Amino acid sequence: MQHGKARFVTGFLALPVALYVFYVVWPYAQAAGYSLTNWGGYSDTQEFVGLANYVRMFGDELIRTAFWHNVFFLVTLPLFTIALALFLAFLLNVGGRGDRAGVRGVRGSGVYKVIFFFPQVLSLVLVAIMWGAIYRGDSQGLLNGILIRIGLVDAEQPLKFVSDPTPFLGVPAVLWWLLLIAVWGGVGFYMVLFSAAMQSIPKDIFEAAMLDGASRVTSFLRITLPLLRDSISVAWVYLGFIALDMYALVFVMTPNQGGPDHASEVFASVINFTAFNKGQFGYACAIGVALAIFTLLLAAVQLRITRRERIEF
Amino acid sequence: MSIYPDSVRIPSAVAGASVRRRTLLRRAAAAGLLAGPAAGLLSACAGSDPGTGTETGTKSADNPFGVADGSSVDVVVFNGGLGDEYPEFDKTLFVAKHDSVTVNLSSTQKIKTEQQPKFSTTPADLINNSGADLMAIDTLINEGALTELTPLLDAPSWDDPAVKVRDTLLPGTVDDGTFDGEFFQLNYAYTVFGLWFDQALFDRNGWAVPTSFDEFFTLAPQIKAAGVAPFAFAGKYPYYMRWPIMTWIWLAGGRQAVVDIDNLAEGAWQTDAVTAAMSAVEKMVADGYTLTGSDTLTHTESQQAWLDGKAAFLPCGTWLENEMRATIPGGFQMKIAPVWNVGATDAAPYGTVQAGSGEGWIVPKKAANAPGGMEFLRAMLSKEGAGKFAELTSSLASVKGSGDNVTTSTALTSANELMTNAPGDLVSFRHPDWYADLDKVEQNAIGELMAGRMTAKEFQDTLQQAADEIAADDAVNKFTRS
Repeated sequence: MQHGKARFVTGFLALPVALYVFYVVWPYAQAAGYSLTNWGGYSDTQEFVGLANYVRMFGDELIRTAFWHNVFFLVTLPLFTIALALFLAFLLNVGGRGDRAGVRGVRGSGVYKVIFFFPQVLSLVLVAIMWGAIYRGDSQGLLNGILIRIGLVDAEQPLKFVSDPTPFLGVPAVLWWLLLIAVWGGVGFYMVLFSAAMQSIPKDIFEAAMLDGASRVTSFLRITLPLLRDSISVAWVYLGFIALDMYALVFVMTPNQGGPDHASEVFASVINFTAFNKGQFGYACAIGVALAIFTLLLAAVQLRITRRERIEF
Repeated sequence: MSIYPDSVRIPSAVAGASVRRRTLLRRAAAAGLLAGPAAGLLSACAGSDPGTGTETGTKSADNPFGVADGSSVDVVVFNGGLGDEYPEFDKTLFVAKHDSVTVNLSSTQKIKTEQQPKFSTTPADLINNSGADLMAIDTLINEGALTELTPLLDAPSWDDPAVKVRDTLLPGTVDDGTFDGEFFQLNYAYTVFGLWFDQALFDRNGWAVPTSFDEFFTLAPQIKAAGVAPFAFAGKYPYYMRWPIMTWIWLAGGRQAVVDIDNLAEGAWQTDAVTAAMSAVEKMVADGYTLTGSDTLTHTESQQAWLDGKAAFLPCGTWLENEMRATIPGGFQMKIAPVWNVGATDAAPYGTVQAGSGEGWIVPKKAANAPGGMEFLRAMLSKEGAGKFAELTSSLASVKGSGDNVTTSTALTSANELMTNAPGDLVSFRHPDWYADLDKVEQNAIGELMAGRMTAKEFQDTLQQAADEIAADDAVNKFTRS
């Protein structure tokens, strides 16, 4: 019976695997192949140039700029998103108590969950356009309009937000403003993810801590956080992927798609410019392959660092 | 070829940029055919005899291409920003003259998807090759797939047998459709660039439109005192500001100044003329004459701010009225003025205009009825046909005087006037099409300059360095113009 089953499974899997190889694996392989050529993208002729594109990448100042901008997001985006998501999830699930017995979230937590999750259902381009109106750099922008009205901002000098290259803590202001949107957009999803994980922690653990007189902070640090390690680790890897992308926000929101004057350039915007504006598909493929390798390495390292013994409950 | 009409189709901030870039690439490639070494190859491939295997009737003064009686003409129009209504009118003109000929008019947004597969067998007789899904013109020419249209240019015009079609066209139209000396594409729509203002606002305040930067700097404080910013622009897309900047350089230094820049000539960005033009722009920003926050706005945001009376001048092309039609306030008198001169020593006179043609029409080589296709074009280029086009689309056709009888649009009337009075050469520049790297550096630098973070001197140095780097890079294919 056993070998008949194997044949049955193979028969069923052959078609999807073939489709997957053709539509997913093969394009990746093709990109890797093109990265070794000087293909221009609009003809069927290309020359094999070996690793020249990769060598060139290391001397490319624009790539270096983009790299450091991605690293900025890589450090800040997971940090802020996870911290905020954890805080909110804790409040919504175990934060409310005091006047009554038992473990519960703050009043109206169901409503908050929906509100916080809401950005997740919007397409990223829609988010970018909406924030474009919020960030608008004259008195008609939502933020500028409010700040000017309450006298915090001079009407002659409105905030420029995503058009502002001035460094803040050594990083162009535009990147911080983009970070804010990315965090806003991501926090709801991870809040729900962490909420689910928190709900799977047995309530009696919290109740026991409560009876022992643990404060909210203590029960968060000593109980919730350690028991959420797996979820956080996964979230960290996912947010790392998002941090290495950031393409839609940069492309839609910043001046000259990566500006002002390269202040918000990321890998993806450089790839887009190199391939579609300069017509250097070979080089663009090389950047893409390098980015893919970097992403995989990062995921491997993150998962390795955060790997611990699993706690059963 | 010109880059302008693509901008007409910018549907939104998001999609616009990428669509425009893509067509630019194709056009850049086509431009290479004009100037590059491939030119010789091209002439070997592309034949020049008009339509081949077609039914022809007797040629006469009234029927210069010999459209056969009882034949039918298939015309495909792109239904985009200019709509698909105007050829309906041309059809009535055509049929009035050739009552035995049937015209089959169809409209689509998928030109390439629908027409390319038929191209080697049974293509339509006349195609409006336009929109995001257009067929690359350079490829079509390279493959020898198009009918050469010089006979159309040399045919008597629809209205006056004594005047050739060629002589009824606006300047640049023939050049824009000519590839290595052969005319393959008739660009039917005409875009004029300049500085837009609201005549009503100027009348109310008794302001006169400046003709030079000096006059502008005299007027600007008065405009500001009235609570209006003198100048608005689309800072988020710095190429909008490139149109007036290149025009200022042209005005100050004459045609050669811009040709040198396009040709990457040594020191082209550091001539006195460029310094004069860029210093004037720097002063405009430094003196606070630009709309607050304009350096962060998209094209539609800046245009709306201007329509709302927050700014006096706005640089844009003639698609502006169509693009903003829904939100133009009542009483607004939209008009276009020439870009004002830089100084007294300018090499080009006031009124010099940047303009160009777009919205190409082609006749396939394999068209069953090429004479019919060309005859339909001749009808489109008639006074009546072009006038109707202007009326329906608020855009000029590439025919002289197409806007003469349209009195409902102050924008169109003033653009028409601008073209009628334009002296000498039309402003044109090519380097952004040719060199993507230079384009990027220039757009970034314009952004910094207009935000007040860069001086004219730094701007010129940055551009000169970028141009020199490209000139020295053997890997970059070079183009030249004269």
